[in-house]
Amino acid sequence: MANSIPKPQWQVTGQLIPMRGNDAVAYAVKLARVEFVAAYPITPQTIIVEKIDEMISHGELEADMMHVESEHSALAATYGAAIGGVRAFTATSSHGLAYMYEVLWWVAGSRIPVVMAIVARAIGPPWNIHVEHSDVMVTRETGWLVSVAENNQEALDLTILMFRVTEDPRVYLPGIIGLDGFILSHTVEPVDVPPQEVIDEFLPPRRQPYVFEPGRLVAMGNLMPDEIFEEHRIDMHYSLASASRVIKEAGREYAKLTGRDYSNLTECYRCSDADYLIAGTGSWMGDAKIAVDLLREKGLKFGALRLRWIRPFPWDEVREVGLNKKLVVILDRSISFGYAGQLFIELSSALEAKPSIVGVPAGIGGLDISYSDIAYIGEEAVRLLEEKGRIYIPVLWYHLGGFKSLPPSRQIETTRRAQFLSIDIESIGEDENR
Amino acid sequence: MSSSTTERKLVVDRRGHFLPLSPSEVGSAGKTGSWRTERPVLSPEKCTSCYLCWLYCPDDVITMEPRGPEGNEIPVIDYEYCKGCGICVDVCPVNALSMISEEEPIEIQR
Amino acid sequence: MIEMALNIKSLPKKKYVMPGHAACPGCPETIGFRHLGMALGDKAVTVIPAGCSAVIQGLWPKQGWGLPALNIVFAAGAATASGLARALERRGVDAHVVVWAGDGGTADIGLQSLSGAAERGENIIYVCVDNEAYMNTGIQRSSLTPHGAWTTTTHRGNPGTKKPIPQIVAAHRVPYVATASIGYPWDFIAKLRKAAKIRGFKYIHLHAPCPVGWRFDAGLTGKIAKLAVETGAWILYEYENGKLKLNPPSNRLLDPSKRKPIEEYIKLQGRFRNISPESLEVLKRDIDRNWEEIRTALRAQGDL
Ligand SMILES: Cc1ncc(C[n+]2csc(CCOP(=O)(O)OP(=O)(O)O)c2C)c(N)n1
Ligand code: SF4
Ligand code: SF4
Ligand code: SF4
Repeated sequence: MANSIPKPQWQVTGQLIPMRGNDAVAYAVKLARVEFVAAYPITPQTIIVEKIDEMISHGELEADMMHVESEHSALAATYGAAIGGVRAFTATSSHGLAYMYEVLWWVAGSRIPVVMAIVARAIGPPWNIHVEHSDVMVTRETGWLVSVAENNQEALDLTILMFRVTEDPRVYLPGIIGLDGFILSHTVEPVDVPPQEVIDEFLPPRRQPYVFEPGRLVAMGNLMPDEIFEEHRIDMHYSLASASRVIKEAGREYAKLTGRDYSNLTECYRCSDADYLIAGTGSWMGDAKIAVDLLREKGLKFGALRLRWIRPFPWDEVREVGLNKKLVVILDRSISFGYAGQLFIELSSALEAKPSIVGVPAGIGGLDISYSDIAYIGEEAVRLLEEKGRIYIPVLWYHLGGFKSLPPSRQIETTRRAQFLSIDIESIGEDENR
Repeated sequence: MSSSTTERKLVVDRRGHFLPLSPSEVGSAGKTGSWRTERPVLSPEKCTSCYLCWLYCPDDVITMEPRGPEGNEIPVIDYEYCKGCGICVDVCPVNALSMISEEEPIEIQR
Repeated sequence: MIEMALNIKSLPKKKYVMPGHAACPGCPETIGFRHLGMALGDKAVTVIPAGCSAVIQGLWPKQGWGLPALNIVFAAGAATASGLARALERRGVDAHVVVWAGDGGTADIGLQSLSGAAERGENIIYVCVDNEAYMNTGIQRSSLTPHGAWTTTTHRGNPGTKKPIPQIVAAHRVPYVATASIGYPWDFIAKLRKAAKIRGFKYIHLHAPCPVGWRFDAGLTGKIAKLAVETGAWILYEYENGKLKLNPPSNRLLDPSKRKPIEEYIKLQGRFRNISPESLEVLKRDIDRNWEEIRTALRAQGDL
C-alpha cells in the first residue's frame, strides 16, 4: 500500500487514512516490521490484534500470530519470542493487564525490549468497559517505559518510537503505549501513515542485550545475592530515568522524517505566559486545550501541560513549566484509593507543592468529560484559590457537574446525591461498629 | 559476598547494564563436599565398569577413568562436590561402593 | 516397535549438571536433568518455571545446569517456551525448546498455559518433573500428590488422588505423550530422543521421588523410583499419535500378580508412615483404576 507513495521530504509525508486508534497501533506494528504478536481479546483492545491478524492474512505483514489462551500467556509468549531474538508485540486492557501483572515485572527485570499497547479501561467490579487510566497507572512501578497518546496519530507515532527507544542499548527495557478506550480506540480520525522507507530509516533492525538460544550456557534470573539484586534494580532505575535523553533524540529525528515533533516528553499548550495550569494525560487533554482557550477568553490565563510520557517521569519539563505557576489543576482519570489520583501524587512532588495544587479525579469509569467541564473545573479552582489565598487539595472529585471532596481533605460536601447514597448504604446494613 | 571484577564482566553488557545472567559453572552453591557426613568409597577390584553409578549421580561428580586393576574404567569421585547422598552405593549392582563416615581416616584411592 | 537398546557407555560424558549446585543430596530433579542433557545434547534450551529446578541453579553469577535455562514465572512455562520456539524457528536456529516444570507448575498453576500450548501444537517438549508435591515451598500438596500421603498441608493424609495429567494432555490429541521415571534413565532418554524427532507438542511426565519431601534416605532415590514402577504405582507407557503402548518393565505388569506388593514401595517413605488402612485401600484402588484404564484402552485398540 505504502509503495505508491514517493520518497518523503522533510515534511509530513505518508498517506492520510481515516482510522480508529486501534488501527493506528496496528499500522505502527506493521511499519515496525514486528515478527511476533500474541493475541487475546478484551474490549476495547481487541481490534488491534484483529487488525494485525487481517494484515498478516492479507500478506501485508509477515509475522507469527499466536492465539494464546490468556493474557498471562500473551505476555509470557511475547517475552519468549523477544528473548529468542525477534521484535515482539502484544496488547491488552484492564483485567487483561491485571492478569499479566507478574509477567510485566519479569520482562523488565530481564532487560528484554517488548512493546505493548494498553487500551485504557476501568477495572471491575462492577464490569465496566469504558475509559479510565487505572490500568495504565498500575504499570508505573514495573520498570516499563509508559507513554500515553492524546490522539490516534500519536498512538501510531508513539508505538513506532517505542520500538526504537526500548531497543536502544542505553535503555533495554520494555515499553507501553496507552491509548484511551473508545475515545481513541474506536474513534475514527485521519492518521498520517508514514511510508515504510521512512520508518525503516528511523527504526534500525532489532537490538537486545542478549539472545536465548542453544549453546549459550547461561541462566536468566536465578537467585542473586541481595546486594547484587539491588544493584540490578539501581541499573534498571537509572536506565529508565535516563531514557528521557534517548526519547528526545529519537523524537527529534522522527520530527525530521515526518514533520511531527516528539522531542519532548510533555506537551505544553499556552504554558509560557500562563498563571494557571491544567495538567494531565491522555485524550481529554485535547479538550483541556479548548478549555484553556475558553478560560483565557474569560481573562483567566490558563495553559495546558500534557504528560506524553509517564515513565520516565518528565521531571525537568514539568518543573520548568510548573514551578512558578500560581495554581496547577491536575486531572486524574484514576485514583489511588485512600489518597489521591496518581498524577496528583507525582506532579505535586515534582513541583515541591510550590504552586497551589488541586487534584481533580474525574471521568472515572468512562464518564464523559467535555471541554466545558474542564473549563468549569479550572474556573472553580481559581475561585477557591482567590478565596483562600493558597490551596493544596489532593482530591476534589469532579462528579456529574459538581465537586465531591474526599479525605484526606475532609471537606465533605453533602450533595443530594451523596445523602441518597449514604441512606442506601445504611439500608443494606453497613457495619456501623467499624 | 561481593562481586569481583571478573564476575561483573560476565553480566554487564557494553553499556554497563547489569544483566541477570549466570553462566554454567561448578560450585554455584559453593563447595558442596562440605555438606557430607558420609563418603562413598570404591573397592576397585570389585568394579565391573558398568557405569550405573555415573548414570545416577545427581551431582555429576563421577567420572569414569581407566584406572582399574585391569586398566578398566572405574568411577573417580570429586569429593570437593560429592554431597554423600549414597545413590551410587545403592545402584551399584556388585557392591563395589560403600559409604564410610567422614570421621574415618581417608584412604587415598589411586 | 522394538525398544532401542541404549548403550550407557555411548552416552555423552559432558556435564549437563554442574557439580556444586544447590539441590539437596539425592535430588531426583538433577538426575533427570542430566538425562535430559544426555538425550538432547547441546541443541536443548530449557524454560524453567518457579520450583526446585529454579533454586537448584544456585547463586548468581553461576548456574548449576549445563544447558541454557530461562527462568520464568510459575504459571508461564509452556507459553514462554511457545514464544521462544517460534522465534528460534523464525531465525533458523535449530533448537529443542524444553519446558522443565514441577508437578505444581504443570498440573496446577501451569495447566492452562500447558493446555494452550498443546492445543496450538507448539513445537516444544514439555517435561513435568513430578515429585508429587510443591517441594520448593516446603512440601505442600499438589494435585499430583498421591492419596494418603502426608505433606505440610495434608497432615492427616492427602484426601485427593493424582490428577491424570498424561491422559489430559493426550486428550489434546498431541503427537506424543509418555511417562518416564528417573529410575529408568534409558527409557527416559529414548523417549526424549523420540520426542525430539517429532514435530509438534510433546509431553513427558517424569516420576521423580524426592527424599526430602517423601521422607526417605537420600541414597534411595533410584531404588524408590524403581519400586514405584515395579509395584505398579507408576506406569511406564507412551501415546504415539494417540496409540497407547506399555513400555518395559510396565508391559510385564498388566497382570497384578506380577507386581511387587505396594507396601514394599510405601514402607520406605515417611510420608506414608501414618497412612490408615482405609487410605491404603483407596491408594490401591487408585492404582488399580489406572491399570484398568490402560487395559481398557489397549483392548479398544485391539492390542489385548
Ligand atoms: C504465582 C506464584 N505463586 C506461588 C509461587 C511460590 N512457589 C514457588 S515454587 C513453588 C512450588 C513449586 O512446586 P512444583 O511445581 O511442584 O515444583 P518443585 O518445587 O516440587 O520442583 C511455589 C508454590 C510463585 N513463585 N509464583
Ligand atoms: S554419594 Fe551421591 S553425590 Fe557422591 S558420588 Fe555418590 S551419587 Fe554422587
Ligand atoms: S556401579 Fe559399581 S560396578 Fe558399576 S561402575 Fe560403578 S562402582 Fe563399578
Ligand atoms: S526438595 Fe526434593 S526435588 Fe527439591 S531440590 Fe530437594 S531433593 Fe530435589
